[in-house]
Amino acid sequence: MENTEHHHEPNDWKKYTIVLFITLTIFISGLWFSNHLNSKKIAQLKSIESTISLDLLSSEVQYSLLEEQSCKDISNSVLSKELNSLADKISYSESNIGVDNTDVVSLKKYYSLLEIKDYLLMKKITERCGEKSIFVLYFYKNDNCEECTKQGYVLTTLREKYPNLRVYSFDYKLDNPAIKAMISIYKVPDNLPALVINGKVHSGFKSIEEIEKTFPELEKSAKDTSSKVKTTTKK
Amino acid sequence: MNGVYSTIFYVFSFIAVYIQIFFLVTFLEKRKKIYKNPPVLELKSYPTVTVVVPCYNEAATIDKTVASLLEMDYPKDKLKLFLIDDGSKDNTWEIIKKYDNGENIFSFTKQNGGKHTALNFALEKQNSEFFGCLDSDSLVHPQALKRIMGYFERDPRTMAVCPSIIVYNPKNFIQHAQSIEYDMSIYTKKMLGFMGGIHVTPGPFSIFKTKVFDELGPYRKAHNTEDQEIALRMQEHGYKIDHCPDAYVYTSTPNTVVKLYKQRLRWIYGFIKNLIDYRRLLFKKKYGTVALFTLPSGLVGVIGVVFLFVNVTWNIIRFFREKIIEIQTVGWGNLFKFGGFNFDWFFFNTKAVLFFSLTMYILIVISLLLGRKLAENKTGFPVSIFYYFIIYSVVAPFWMLRALYNAIISKESSWTLERRVKTK
Repeated sequence: MENTEHHHEPNDWKKYTIVLFITLTIFISGLWFSNHLNSKKIAQLKSIESTISLDLLSSEVQYSLLEEQSCKDISNSVLSKELNSLADKISYSESNIGVDNTDVVSLKKYYSLLEIKDYLLMKKITERCGEKSIFVLYFYKNDNCEECTKQGYVLTTLREKYPNLRVYSFDYKLDNPAIKAMISIYKVPDNLPALVINGKVHSGFKSIEEIEKTFPELEKSAKDTSSKVKTTTKK
Repeated sequence: MNGVYSTIFYVFSFIAVYIQIFFLVTFLEKRKKIYKNPPVLELKSYPTVTVVVPCYNEAATIDKTVASLLEMDYPKDKLKLFLIDDGSKDNTWEIIKKYDNGENIFSFTKQNGGKHTALNFALEKQNSEFFGCLDSDSLVHPQALKRIMGYFERDPRTMAVCPSIIVYNPKNFIQHAQSIEYDMSIYTKKMLGFMGGIHVTPGPFSIFKTKVFDELGPYRKAHNTEDQEIALRMQEHGYKIDHCPDAYVYTSTPNTVVKLYKQRLRWIYGFIKNLIDYRRLLFKKKYGTVALFTLPSGLVGVIGVVFLFVNVTWNIIRFFREKIIEIQTVGWGNLFKFGGFNFDWFFFNTKAVLFFSLTMYILIVISLLLGRKLAENKTGFPVSIFYYFIIYSVVAPFWMLRALYNAIISKESSWTLERRVKTK
């Protein structure tokens, strides 16, 4: 039995609607702002990539011009460093903007191509100029691969320890003909992580000790290059 | 998984922002209507009022509580005090029986039965037009009753008026955090009052027209939150509940995390259980703001805090798991290398969720500041806001989780358990 003298305040539908619009505006602005910053990031990545691409191209041209005349003028350490910082940014973008974001995916593909170009050029330079670099092609996948995470830590540590170790990482699942070609050339199995070191495939996780044991020349190159790196940074 | 998580997060933060904006819009709309009492308030008439003080093991604080009631500015012949000992184990009864003068102060002792039984005991024995309760850990401002009675006088439809509860003499940071929270709830409560959406008539000094109980029945146990249940019952029947921002009640608050946890466990458990009991109200427009806004927001609050906490905990666990894997793989060498601090703006988080969280925090701070202004006319930005965020983001999830769990298995937490028991 309702008491007629009591009644609720009438529902203020207008306010419910106005508040909904204000909240929607805040949300749309938030999404827009986030998108705006993300697209700025993508633009930055694109410009880094085009700089690296230009650098690579000029290195290639420089290399072709000089041929065997002089090896010391070809700078390589700077280039790799730029590639590494680009890698950091791309992997951050994967977590911050989205692994499936089309821009991020295409930037990653382009990055992989740059890596392959750098790899091919550096290999030539090493062969012709007698540098003692060791090349590691590292194949990984993003999801459900704890071993890949571990392998990543191992390679980061090794790269810091041995500056002449050149690591190129490739997302095994990335849909790109060049990566597919590499996979078929080196017969990389889908048992990831997989490493191609100086042309030989090693699949499954490899610890620091295992890699060091397999490549005794690592130590040597470390000693050789430590002095070299120092002189280049002093310049 | 990540997609599901983001969707839930978006939904929750949308609702949370909506709630805060709703309060803010109400404030902007109604701020001129917040009644400011004159320094000396005179009422047209002074109806009879009975104030009950239910006590359980309150020997330490009862004198102060009674003294504050006796100092109230209200005609002595119109105000009766009922001091009720609910089967205390300490000497509460010895103390309160001395106050009994057979005129305006009456003391009773009864077997322990919980707060609602003490209140109903008093309801049966009194014959005033108005009825209220003051918890024995609280003190009232001398003008509180007059100011509250003014609300009844100005709007005859008003059936109950809640006071503003302020933390009494906050000492440590747990109490300062609560002080901020209580101030904020004065603001939200006043806004809900404007919209007819108040869902709790708090134990300390909410005043009712006695006929509320004649018409709707006495207090119920209501999972030890009788002050929530009576408010919901009144809302169900369209009884108007208002809030008087300058009727101050100073209440002692828990001074340790454990005590706070126990108190909140009871409140949230009671809220969930009462919500289940009154689920018929939810989203029915005929029940007004309580059904459309207050109860749903409370529920979203509980679930949201738990969700956020589970998420944060999961991220922390994941972070440590990755660190452990890293240490196992490459040793301790990398642990203290932070890869060189990178001030490149590129590495700033630009996820949309971050903006929403930020918006939410800003809106909550606005509410806190408005609450302080409204409650105690204080301005500025107190440090205790940080205490508030720390306590409520770290500890609150535990009582909310526990309350949800207890509600599922129906395990009650008791009012008497919380009271300080000092035998001998």
